[in-house]
Amino acid sequence: MQALYAQLLVGLINGSFYALLSLGLAVIFGMLNIINFAHGALYMMGAFCAYFLLNIAGIGYWPALIIAPIAVGIFGMILERTMLQWLSGLDHLYGLLLTFGLALIIQGIFQNYFGSSGLPYAIPDELKGGMNLGFMFLPIYRGWVVVFSLIVCLLTWYLIERTRLGANLRAATENPTLVRAFGINVPRMITLTYGLGVGLAALAGVLSAPINQVRPLMGADLIIVVFAVVVIGGMGSIMGSIITGFALGVIEGLTKYFYPEASNTVVFVLMVLVLLVKPSGLTGRAT
Amino acid sequence: MKNRISALLLGTALAFAASSGSFAQDKTVKIGVLTDNSGLYSDLGGAGSTLAAQMAVEDSGFAAKGWKIDIISADHQNKPDIATNIGRQWIDVEKVDVFMDVLNSGVGLAVNNLVKEKNSIMINTGAASSDLTNAQCTPNTIHWVYDTYMLANSTGQALVKAGGDTWYFLTADYAFGAALERDTTAVVTKSGGKVLGTVKHPLNSSDFSSFLLQAQASKAKIVGMANAGGDTTNTIKQASEFGIVKGGQKLAGLLLFITDVHALGLNVAQGLSFTETFYWDLNDGTRAFSKRFSGRMKNKAQPSMVQAGVYSGLMHYFKALEAMGGNPHDGAKVVAKMKEMPTDDPLFGKGTIRADGRKIHPAYLFEVKKPEESKGPWDYYKLIGTTPGELAFRPLSESTCPLVKK
Repeated sequence: MQALYAQLLVGLINGSFYALLSLGLAVIFGMLNIINFAHGALYMMGAFCAYFLLNIAGIGYWPALIIAPIAVGIFGMILERTMLQWLSGLDHLYGLLLTFGLALIIQGIFQNYFGSSGLPYAIPDELKGGMNLGFMFLPIYRGWVVVFSLIVCLLTWYLIERTRLGANLRAATENPTLVRAFGINVPRMITLTYGLGVGLAALAGVLSAPINQVRPLMGADLIIVVFAVVVIGGMGSIMGSIITGFALGVIEGLTKYFYPEASNTVVFVLMVLVLLVKPSGLTGRAT
Repeated sequence: MKNRISALLLGTALAFAASSGSFAQDKTVKIGVLTDNSGLYSDLGGAGSTLAAQMAVEDSGFAAKGWKIDIISADHQNKPDIATNIGRQWIDVEKVDVFMDVLNSGVGLAVNNLVKEKNSIMINTGAASSDLTNAQCTPNTIHWVYDTYMLANSTGQALVKAGGDTWYFLTADYAFGAALERDTTAVVTKSGGKVLGTVKHPLNSSDFSSFLLQAQASKAKIVGMANAGGDTTNTIKQASEFGIVKGGQKLAGLLLFITDVHALGLNVAQGLSFTETFYWDLNDGTRAFSKRFSGRMKNKAQPSMVQAGVYSGLMHYFKALEAMGGNPHDGAKVVAKMKEMPTDDPLFGKGTIRADGRKIHPAYLFEVKKPEESKGPWDYYKLIGTTPGELAFRPLSESTCPLVKK
């Protein structure tokens, strides 16, 4: 029983990465209608950005939590301005192919210079160590990841679903021409939204840097699972992707305990089941 | 049209004439480096293996003696089916004579069958499974650098002797992990230890916390990592986070490469002990080679034992071809010649190749230095024990290889 609690908690920790990443994807898909396959590569860039900040500029973890998402977010906005914006109105497939190609290029460049084994990034001193919860030894850093990502997820949800800015944004996706008539700069808003989604990916990257090796392929390994999360949660649904992110982390954690060989596939089995029963995802609206 | 046909006929005739004329003294060789160029093992093989092959070709001086040597390379993506397809094309279309590297045991075993079927050659420097020279041995395969039996024998025995008599395995869920776990279990039990349990994780996992918790709960003294590359580095990193070592358990890296230690950094990796058959800072010969090698690597990395094996294996292959006076393009025949000749090169020292295809050389037990002991980049290992070649690998008396006459 104790072991089970431990696995649930570990699942929650992994779930927070899924939630952060799928949230970014959902924001981008919901607002821009782009299936952002470059998300994994941008997550990786976030982790590398933290590594560079520490090893070149001597800037530690805490500032990196803010600087890296902004830097990578700006990079994302440049991508949006120079390439993605021309795809609005076209079939989803174009956006998917373009972002997939971008992901391969970005990963290829990083791999060319940094190899595949990755680079070390230490846990910040303040969060080192762990506490004994009775049923398991919880590294403090992992606890921090869960709490922090939960807060970020809820803030993002609030921003988009409950504020005036979010309302404008949602209106702009429904009818850009009309919203523009109200004097709102829609293209700029779209760019900023893409930047926000990318920033969330980079933030997840910084969070994961001390846990995983900072590797060029760290995002490629994760992105497929995250897409499954988004599909299960319902494409474009903000709350749906947060909840499914955490839930799937837990389910995966349990699988690792009961039948570890299947832990890489369980998410996809669930995805197939959900698609069979409810093709628009658990919280998605049928279109 | 007529002109074209006659030109074609003339061309064919000339080609036949050329090939029949040089039949006895064919001095063309095509080397295929089949490796992981983009995935989790690409640092320990990958482009470095191709570079090692190039260096071997240059150092052989064959070009000056009128030989024509080509190297091609491909990415098998750690998938046996892709590797087999590339391999077939290489043999049938590209006329590749010898497969080098072929890391990943799943891939290695698949190509092992292929080279036997097509009478080609594989000098395997990257796959770990000891089956390559045991139950699945072929007259076309040489297993150069290390294998699971040797790793288990050297590291496993040393750890049990030091008091680590209960084990729990974290095993990569494919041919290699299974072989390494099996061979280590045999050594542990034979030395009086006990295996308390095992958990199989999928290849290329990023999160090991669930598996580590299970290992922690087992209370085993040794957590044996029967995995490799990125899987091992992530396991080690996360084990330190979950306080495995602080809690009194010891991590045993059954297969670690210098590139893994480099990726982890000495802070995390210090104190780990494991077995390799090559280290760049072993002696003057290895240092000289490694200096040239790292100078040509994009990230200035020192060679891994897999990459060093590509160089060493090819040098011996060239010696055999030279002794034969040309390339007969007959895999089994060349391998037989290679087995006849003693091996000697600056990287692995003097050695032999046994009837089962096992290359014999010493195995070294290393311990990773503390950060304050390291004098500079890549200065990572302390040598703590050497097992002579004859004792390091599976004795022929235990072999199930049909090529071994008993």
